[in-house]
Amino acid sequence: MIKVLYFAGLREALGTAAEEVSPPLDLLDVGALRAHLAARGGDWEKLLTTKNLRFAVNQDMARADTPVHDGDEVAFFPPVTGG
Amino acid sequence: MSVRVQQEDFDLSAEVAALRAGQPGVGAVAAFVGLVRDMNEGSGVSEMALEHYPGMTEKALEAIVAEARARWDILGARIIHRVGTLQPCDQIVLVAVSSAHRGEAFAACEFIMDYLKTRAPFWKREVTPAGARWVDARETDDSAAARWEKGGK
Repeated sequence: MIKVLYFAGLREALGTAAEEVSPPLDLLDVGALRAHLAARGGDWEKLLTTKNLRFAVNQDMARADTPVHDGDEVAFFPPVTGG
Repeated sequence: MSVRVQQEDFDLSAEVAALRAGQPGVGAVAAFVGLVRDMNEGSGVSEMALEHYPGMTEKALEAIVAEARARWDILGARIIHRVGTLQPCDQIVLVAVSSAHRGEAFAACEFIMDYLKTRAPFWKREVTPAGARWVDARETDDSAAARWEKGGK
């Protein structure tokens, strides 16, 4: 299973902060997981339409081509605004 | 601990004192404090809530401090970032850096703040007369961080 986390405006839009996802067979990277989740339709398409969506894999900033494996923690969130 | 994420307020004097305690080699301390403004993007702000990604936040801040240590000859660094609900005039963030001479402390302090702005997973939600809204990231923050990537010092 992959632990998927959502933060800030995205968490609010999806109404979900965290979930466990069975990795699709063809899962290679963050981009593939993003497309897999967005394919649920409705609000989940925000994963594709949110401007400058950011990703983290195992709590490190990641890119769409960062590999994802079973057991990983993947997070999706809008650009950060701390400080 | 050089990095802390907390709801409680912090005391600049106490943190600077702790940063340089027992270190006679410290000749300079540079500190930055970020505050909640009562105005953003043309709207009054009455309250702000800060969300973060527990675990990754601390890891990201530690990595930024490590990067600063690799780039400059600094003797100590400390980051405190508050989360939860804050009001205008409240302190949000402290970055303090100690070094032998002022140049390293000034530069590393600014670097840490610029990287924090674009790499540490915090999100601000502010309450305005028109309702609550998530704060948009600024392109000027990206360009401020990018100048350090060209080997800037």
